[in-house]
Amino acid sequence: MRRLSFFATILALAALIITGPALAQTGHGPDSQALAQRFATENFNEIAGAVAALASSGSSQAAPIIEALRDGRLVYRPADRSVFIRQADGSFALAATGTAAPAPEGTRPVRLNNNVRRAIDAAMGALSLMHPDPARRVAAAEAVFKSRDATALAALAIALPGERDARVKKRMEEARAAILVADSKAPDAERIEAIGVIQRRGDQDALAMLGSLPSDTSPLVRQAADNAITAVGRSLVVWEAAQNVWYGLSLGSVLLLAAIGLAITFGVMGIINMAHGEMVMIGAYTTFVVQQVIRTSAPALFDVSLFIALPLAFLVAGGVGVLIERLIIRHLYGRPLETLLATWGVSLILQQAVRSWFGPTNREVGTPSWMSGSFEIGNLAITTNRLAIIIFAGLVFAALLLVLKRTPFGLQTRAVTQNRRMAGAMGIRTNWVDAFTFGLGSGIAGLAGVALSQIDNVSPNLGQGYIIDSFMVVVFGGVGNLWGTLVGALTLGIANKFLEPYAGAVLGKILLLVFIILFIQKRPRGLFALKGRAVE
Amino acid sequence: MFSRFLFEKIDRSGWIFLVLLAVTCVLVPILNLAVPPTSVFHVSNTAMGLWGKYMTYALLAVAVDLVWGYCGILSLGHGAFFALGGYAMGMYLMRQIGPRGVYANPILPDFMVFLNWKELPFTWWGFSSLPYALLMVCLVPGLLAFVFGWFAFRSRVTGVYLSIITQALTYALLLAFFRNDMGFGGNNGLTDFKDIAGFNIQAQPTRAVLFSLSVIALMLGYLAARAIVTSKAGKILIAIRDAEARTRFLGYRVEHFKLFVWTVSAVMAGIAGALYVPQVGIINPSEFQPANSIETIIWVAVGGRGTLVGAALGAGIVNFAKSWFTGAFPQGWLFALGGLFVFVTLFLPKGVLGTFTEWWNARRSAPKPPASAATQPAE
Repeated sequence: MRRLSFFATILALAALIITGPALAQTGHGPDSQALAQRFATENFNEIAGAVAALASSGSSQAAPIIEALRDGRLVYRPADRSVFIRQADGSFALAATGTAAPAPEGTRPVRLNNNVRRAIDAAMGALSLMHPDPARRVAAAEAVFKSRDATALAALAIALPGERDARVKKRMEEARAAILVADSKAPDAERIEAIGVIQRRGDQDALAMLGSLPSDTSPLVRQAADNAITAVGRSLVVWEAAQNVWYGLSLGSVLLLAAIGLAITFGVMGIINMAHGEMVMIGAYTTFVVQQVIRTSAPALFDVSLFIALPLAFLVAGGVGVLIERLIIRHLYGRPLETLLATWGVSLILQQAVRSWFGPTNREVGTPSWMSGSFEIGNLAITTNRLAIIIFAGLVFAALLLVLKRTPFGLQTRAVTQNRRMAGAMGIRTNWVDAFTFGLGSGIAGLAGVALSQIDNVSPNLGQGYIIDSFMVVVFGGVGNLWGTLVGALTLGIANKFLEPYAGAVLGKILLLVFIILFIQKRPRGLFALKGRAVE
Repeated sequence: MFSRFLFEKIDRSGWIFLVLLAVTCVLVPILNLAVPPTSVFHVSNTAMGLWGKYMTYALLAVAVDLVWGYCGILSLGHGAFFALGGYAMGMYLMRQIGPRGVYANPILPDFMVFLNWKELPFTWWGFSSLPYALLMVCLVPGLLAFVFGWFAFRSRVTGVYLSIITQALTYALLLAFFRNDMGFGGNNGLTDFKDIAGFNIQAQPTRAVLFSLSVIALMLGYLAARAIVTSKAGKILIAIRDAEARTRFLGYRVEHFKLFVWTVSAVMAGIAGALYVPQVGIINPSEFQPANSIETIIWVAVGGRGTLVGAALGAGIVNFAKSWFTGAFPQGWLFALGGLFVFVTLFLPKGVLGTFTEWWNARRSAPKPPASAATQPAE
């Protein structure tokens, strides 16, 4: 009984606010039969009141009935005042229960006017605050927050106590606070409390909200709002910096992936591999081919397609790399500028080959379900695919470090790099070490291609977009030093993202290039330069 | 003085080159203007335009050879100097359009009207005058090269690092010129030219004169480059190329010599660009693409690095091949160009001309030492 009276009070309040005082006295109980019957009338005011009452009743039939009304599919039989919904397929259902009904005779449509339409709009907003899907509830709360529509207050008051989802509840409270803050008739204490809620939200919208108080606001409230603005501003700066660092890390990890293979061929072997970008491209196209095969023969495997593509891309790109080394580069050791020319030629050939094979247009590479989506930490939006790439770049870096420092192959590579003739004299097959080191660098570029296929267009020009950036990273970090490449990539990535808001994307990049050019003047051999006799 | 230079410093291939150019300079315009189109000797407008373009490319190649072949500076950014010279000329040509543009604005070029600009940006000041534009053609690339070289050579950035930062330079300019708010036409660049120095740019005689001017510029560029490399300073440049540290230890200010030749080369590239633009009728940011600069390197490598004549020859060969390939097998051009890069570096390290001279000298006289030092650059 207490519950019933509580409902009735809320209902009366909601109806009062939503439809205006004129209709307030016509409030009925929450019985759906009675609610539905109220639509069986020609009186527009009565219909609008029915809409409001239905919306705040919490009845499961509220949404279908109001939608039917909006679309002109709600009909009633004047004889017994029963109301039906005409479904999209032409069948009928009882409005009160939603159960199917035989086609009724002698019905009339429930009619609409602007007043009723307004009531419908308000009701739909309130209804979505109680939608079963939490995402829809959040969206509805956000919409209220943006519009600060005071009429939604009643709906919020109903929705809030029943809300179980903490995230949705928070949004609803913020929406409620937004309305209160904007309402100069609300008591000061409540408004100041509401300002606190908005301040905790702490984003750009909150700032805008607090900055646009109505003119007849009391000084006390205004003071509270000003304090909140300062606080929000401060926290925004911090969050913005955090977001920039995150974007920068994300860009930096992409740069790291693209450059780290180059750090081996250029840094360790002294070969300027202008075809490095094409190795990345080969990795991306391998992903595309793997996905094509999976789509046609085993669609169930799609979510693991990247794990199949990774080893394949490594082998394909690495194989091409070994081939290039055996056919061309081994004739050019000790002549770095000539390797630049020859590998540039190779890069043109590979680009054209891919263009002839796969066509000049972008190829669609799908994202596995586990890599799509995003989540939030505070005000930080984090997309899963970027996170995956950052982790992947870290893994590749660690693996490479391990290979070079802890395996016999790594030992031989370093030996050949430092003193080729001595290494040869010690029985190391320098030829094979060269070929495999080059293959390793190319294979890692292939791995990068798999990752980049998730965030970039897969086209024959894919590699060109990364080659200059990769060289910048390697040169900036210091040639022959993997840690330098790591630091270089992350520094350039983060610097780029911090410059972007002030200078724009393009100008930021130009500034960075100019910075690198100037930096090289100061430290001609990069951040972590090798020292000693091996340098020259 | 000049005649002594001609007879003492120009080698056999240089003489053949100069004579051929002089003949071309006179003959092609005559064959274009005076010989009726029905005759087999007639040179079509298209052909003359194409050859004129090759001449400016050849001048660019000579400029690159001057720094790469004789001083060991592998520039991956000479396309930037070429394009800057081109833009300076393009701006002059834009201002000559006057009220004949689509929007009929007597002052502002069409793209500025389109962007709702009210007045010319300060960078365009003075470009209605040809002498000023010509000054800028030399000054802008020269100044940029000087400043860039000042920093780079003084701090001893060499070899691969220098190549990569020259590439960064042209890439940065590419990004900058793509921006609309730079005031240089953004993505579309400058085009729709009408007049040059009061003459209709489309008219046959004007085009013939432009062709001859390009040939003359190439000849003068060659002579200037030859004068530099055969002078005493040229000997030091070659010494720097072959052993920079030793040259420095001998007491020469290596960076001054480098800076000088680098700036001269950039100005030559700028002049080449300025002659290129009126003949092809457009200049846009794609000229800054690093790929273009790298392609210029291959012209020099194909023709023969460190020979000057070879560089010009290489520009001709590669571009002729390009025209032919893109007509005959459009898909095949990148394969051919890529193959050429690989083939030349692996099998013709001295280029066409270098290989030919070596073979010629060896055939003529066994006891005589093969070629001069200048044709055998070391790393």
